[in-house]
Amino acid sequence: MTEIADSTRIVKESLNKRYASERRFRRLGLMAIFFGVSFVLILFADIFSKGYTAFLQTQIELEIFYDPAIIDPGHTNDPQVIGKADFAKLYKAALKERFPDATSRSARRDLYNLVSNGVAYSLRDTVLDNPGLIGTRLTLWLVADDEIDMLIKGHIHRDAPESDRRVSNQSIAFIEQLEASDSVRKSFSWTFLTAGDSREPEQAGIGGAVMGSLFTLLVTLSLAFPIGVAAAIYLEEFAAKNQFTDLIEVNINNLAAVPSIVFGLLGLAVFLNFFGMPRSAPLVGGLVLTLMTLPTIIIASRASLKSVPLSIREAALGVGASKVQTVFHHVLPQAMPGMMTGTIIGMAQALGESAPLLMIGMVAFIVDIPTSPLDPSTVLPVQIFLWADSPERAFLERTSAAIMVLLGFLVAMNALAVILRKRFEKRW
Amino acid sequence: MLNKPIALAVALAISSTTTQAASRDYVSIVGSSTVYPFATVVAEYFGKTSDMKTPKIESTGSGGGLKLFCAGVGIEHPDITNSSRRIKQSEIDKCASNGVDEIIEIQIGYDGIVLANSKSAERMELSLRDIFLALAKEVPDPNGSGNLVTNPHTTWNDVNPDLPAIRIEVLGPPPTSGTRDAFAELALEGGCKSFDMIKDMKKSDNLGYKAACHTVREDGAYIEAGENDNLIIQKLDANPDAFGVFGFSFLDQNSDKVQGSVINGVEPEFENISDGSYPVSRALYFYVKKAHIGSVPGIEGYLAEFTSEKAWGDEGYLADKGLIPMPTDERARFAADAANLTPLKGL
Repeated sequence: MTEIADSTRIVKESLNKRYASERRFRRLGLMAIFFGVSFVLILFADIFSKGYTAFLQTQIELEIFYDPAIIDPGHTNDPQVIGKADFAKLYKAALKERFPDATSRSARRDLYNLVSNGVAYSLRDTVLDNPGLIGTRLTLWLVADDEIDMLIKGHIHRDAPESDRRVSNQSIAFIEQLEASDSVRKSFSWTFLTAGDSREPEQAGIGGAVMGSLFTLLVTLSLAFPIGVAAAIYLEEFAAKNQFTDLIEVNINNLAAVPSIVFGLLGLAVFLNFFGMPRSAPLVGGLVLTLMTLPTIIIASRASLKSVPLSIREAALGVGASKVQTVFHHVLPQAMPGMMTGTIIGMAQALGESAPLLMIGMVAFIVDIPTSPLDPSTVLPVQIFLWADSPERAFLERTSAAIMVLLGFLVAMNALAVILRKRFEKRW
Repeated sequence: MLNKPIALAVALAISSTTTQAASRDYVSIVGSSTVYPFATVVAEYFGKTSDMKTPKIESTGSGGGLKLFCAGVGIEHPDITNSSRRIKQSEIDKCASNGVDEIIEIQIGYDGIVLANSKSAERMELSLRDIFLALAKEVPDPNGSGNLVTNPHTTWNDVNPDLPAIRIEVLGPPPTSGTRDAFAELALEGGCKSFDMIKDMKKSDNLGYKAACHTVREDGAYIEAGENDNLIIQKLDANPDAFGVFGFSFLDQNSDKVQGSVINGVEPEFENISDGSYPVSRALYFYVKKAHIGSVPGIEGYLAEFTSEKAWGDEGYLADKGLIPMPTDERARFAADAANLTPLKGL
């Protein structure tokens, strides 16, 4: 009897201590979550506060006269002649008309620099599309230069001494006159979403990088998913369990931990140097990333095959299904959601990867938007890296905005993973 | 499972090389990160003003670029490589052994490196020897033992009695930067060679010579300030005793805030850099593979754009981006080389 009383006493005495230890553990866990979430929030707040302005672009309203004397003096209507004309003269003339007082050389230089030099090319393209414009007058919103854009957005302070900012007093005077007549506005920048890279921040966009990422992921997905799933099924359902398959398993697990740059070197040696594939092409990028994501997909697929209960296989075999029928009609559909999750995690990993692409020449200045997996291109994380390194201040907000787009893609991919999983799960 | 990816890769490789072998319709450029900002601007202008595709430019460094360039003739190899130094004989030989025997050399302009301080402080007059003594990791023993010792100098006054007694504090680019390489090669080595004992080392111990002349001190007197030159200028503005190392274009754009030190009696000015009298300046180049002209479209157009007055002229758009143009006669000579596709005939 005393022994029982003793143990009850011991339990009672230690009870408070054990409760306290549980409370402590819970508090620690909560704190860990709190820290994690707050770091994510700080990161997001920082990126969003710096980046959202890149989606807006300052524009200046000017009346453009499509002067036939400049565009097509010989009235040839020949696109070759029109394409070679100096369209910068059109907006320069419009600016001169707007500010007739600016006659000195430095004032003229400041005046012409209000407008992006890319305007000349967009004017050319509109005239080539519609030659009927020649000789007419149109009031247009023209893209402002990146430094003017920074001034309007408040990244360059107007009240700072003139020597401390890159926009002269003269330029600010022009801008203030334009503002007084409501000729300056900020509007949504389609250029940022659709254009390729450029050295002029106001003309630079992530369209090229997004297409490059899409082509790369397409190649990766179409190779890694079937190969990974096939390998997992064979290893899990068909292969004999012997030392050889053990060795393969160990190696797959090791490959999953190999730093990604190593796959880049492998890609350089095998795909570029041995097979002579083109540099900077999404096809090669996709192949390299396939090698990188294969282990992830194989491991996830095997785990999800393992989780399918043995009874399903036995029941199928019991009613006379062959091994292949068992696997493809009964086991695979149930394992599919897990395989999809693994694949999408692998794809998200591949989307954020830039190191292996360095070795195969995808870290490059590419203006034209790729139209096939064989065209040279970059990918989103590489574009972020290249812009972060650029001296122009306007690239700072573009870097953050590109990160926002990349995060958007990742969130969308994960949402897709959840939706697909739900749909496949309902079938069973 | 291993057979499948290889088989697929082979199939893809074959299909891709057959489409690739037929043609490449864009110019492929590799090379120096110093030339990259200029080459990209030209490429963009060329792409916008012609029917050709915009050239693709990779920033691989001068050495890496020449290695890729010399790997052979054929569309899988680059057409042009940028370089912030002249090609070496060993590289020409390597090129020739791979069938790249006709190379067109185009010098595009100059790049000056300045040592600058805040305008509120006094302007310094330095020699390359002063710079070496102030910034090298090891210097000849000031007590005259004839050995190299860890740099003992803490103030400019220690280096040269004519200089003010302020602490040596120099902000500059990290070792990954081409500007740092050029600074070590031109400024430090220039001062280093002025010591006979080190100069003698060059023949007996070339590696030791390189190490003595190119190694920057790591005791805090030289502060690696990252690749962002704008940041260095802000710091100089705040601290009148500090000096900064950066490219001439940043001095030019911030001449209201910082002043370049006079080196070997020459001021870092546009004319002095372009005529070569300023000692810490170098020429920038690119090299073109003649065998590719005609088979890859756009090379000639790109050359014409780069060598046009509106690009590399005194008031061209490259000068706006910070390139120091060559004198008119040099421009005419290299523009003629570009137009006539005159290959390099030895160094």
